[in-house]
Amino acid sequence: MTWSEMQPLLEQACWDTLYMVGWSTLIAVVGGLPLGILLVLTDRGGLLQNVVANKVIGQIVNIARSLPFIILMVALMTFTRWITGTTIGREAAIVPLAVGAIPFFARLVETAVREVDHGLVEAVQAMGGNTWTIVRKVLVPESLPSLISSTTTTIVALIGYSAMAGTVGAGGLGDIAIRYGYQRFETGLMWITVAILAVVISLIQFAGDYAARSLHRRGAHSGPAPKLRLLKAAS
Amino acid sequence: MHLCPGTPTPAHSTVTETHVITTTDLTKVYRSRGREVTALDGVDLHVREGEVYGVIGQSGAGKSSLIRCVNLLERPTSGTVTVAGQDLTALAGRGSRAGRELRQARSRIGMVFQHFNLLSSRTVQDNVELPLEILGKSGGERSRKALELLDLVGLADKAGAYPAQLSGGQKQRVGIARALAGDPKVLLSDEATSALDPETTRSILALLRDLNRQLGLTVLLITHEMDVVKSVCDSAALMENGRIVESGTVSELLATPGSELAAALFPLDGEASGEDRTVVDVTFQGESATQPVISQLARTYNIDISILGAAIDTVGGLQVGRMRIELPGRYEDNVVPIGFLREKGLQIDVPGRESVLVKEGAK
Repeated sequence: MTWSEMQPLLEQACWDTLYMVGWSTLIAVVGGLPLGILLVLTDRGGLLQNVVANKVIGQIVNIARSLPFIILMVALMTFTRWITGTTIGREAAIVPLAVGAIPFFARLVETAVREVDHGLVEAVQAMGGNTWTIVRKVLVPESLPSLISSTTTTIVALIGYSAMAGTVGAGGLGDIAIRYGYQRFETGLMWITVAILAVVISLIQFAGDYAARSLHRRGAHSGPAPKLRLLKAAS
Repeated sequence: MHLCPGTPTPAHSTVTETHVITTTDLTKVYRSRGREVTALDGVDLHVREGEVYGVIGQSGAGKSSLIRCVNLLERPTSGTVTVAGQDLTALAGRGSRAGRELRQARSRIGMVFQHFNLLSSRTVQDNVELPLEILGKSGGERSRKALELLDLVGLADKAGAYPAQLSGGQKQRVGIARALAGDPKVLLSDEATSALDPETTRSILALLRDLNRQLGLTVLLITHEMDVVKSVCDSAALMENGRIVESGTVSELLATPGSELAAALFPLDGEASGEDRTVVDVTFQGESATQPVISQLARTYNIDISILGAAIDTVGGLQVGRMRIELPGRYEDNVVPIGFLREKGLQIDVPGRESVLVKEGAK
């Protein structure tokens, strides 16, 4: 396979990956952020303490997280068809990617928000703030560096998951690596794909770390550095 | 022992006889894993308008629970809390969440914390603006008020800095400015100086004192440091095991025989040098502090007086002193000289003797 043959394939694959990961990240953040905050608020001693709700949300999150992505994709086919009208292609892959990433991100959000000093919550309560004020003005802004790190971790995980999206014909870099590189013995193409993935993931990680650190610097006195949290979350 | 209003107050202060914070039979019981811990055991606290009131006690005495019950950050198990004429316990509702009325009442009570509790994601000015955002003030009004308050606490040049760039004392000044944003009548100080070094502590206390004088702000502070009470408080209460065991204005406390607080404010050391000697503690305050009573005593009765220990200080703007002296002869031989000192208007304690009598009298 020559470079001129590979180039359009790779270009299309890059766009497919970006498209799937971009949309599913967005949905994961929109869905996972409130879920993660709810996990903290409804916990014992939380502002909206509700042990039953906490257990239910926690269990759903745990079950969704414990399913291997490929199983989740198959299990969600009916749901996917209902949402997008098809079970094949990029749009169809976004649904299971997002559904898999929401609980993943929610757990990371939970950890990040839990690390906010309870004294700050108390200070805002003493000023007469309600729960919504506390979420908006304390929990989210104070945990923002960690939330950014969590988003980075989620994006990297989604790039990994998206490799399996090829099984539903969604394309992407992972799909190229498997179909051409592995199944057709195009070792050259496979290595190029691997290299692109490595570069993309490094760039995303770097950008995420940079953003988290520059936000963190101004509040340098509290909590461990975001890098450490990232390692903890990933392990 | 609460000494009722009607007793004289120091002339310098803005203290009035109106009670601005009152707790009645306040009880707080923590339950965890079937065990009960009583943090507050029937606390009656009366803080008058315009005074600086210090609650002192060791850790675990319940003082932290007490101050957190005043704005209902902790729900008392029973009893009532009234702040500025409003019964907060009645506003509390049943659930753990604060209703609108309670939140409005809280916004009129300022609070400063031991660990400052500033938002690290906001600049100094934005931290001070936070309570104003909660009150729904417009952007222009917020920034005008915030800058005014930062000027008041001496941090006008730090408006754009982040809390992480400030020293402990500066952070607490921001905390105080933030607490004042809602124009409160009452400021609660939860060990505000405990994380600070002695010099910074003094400057923060001086600031609280100034605010108390200038704004007529009533300050309720809790502390475990006697020096804090000594340097800023008009009144004080001593807490032990969830109860207030002594309370009153500083001068009342000093005038109370056997007062633990008075003894702690002015610790006196020194043992009798022999069997046939009498040790007497003399407390001077106000007028009597300026009289040469000891030399009068020596001349009148022709006795040799040894001074074992002495301390003179200004407490709540009053000149106060305590002295431990030794007279020759047993207590029985010294009834007349001691009577002379009492006649001069001095507070006399005979260690080991008087306190027993007082305790019996109290029963």
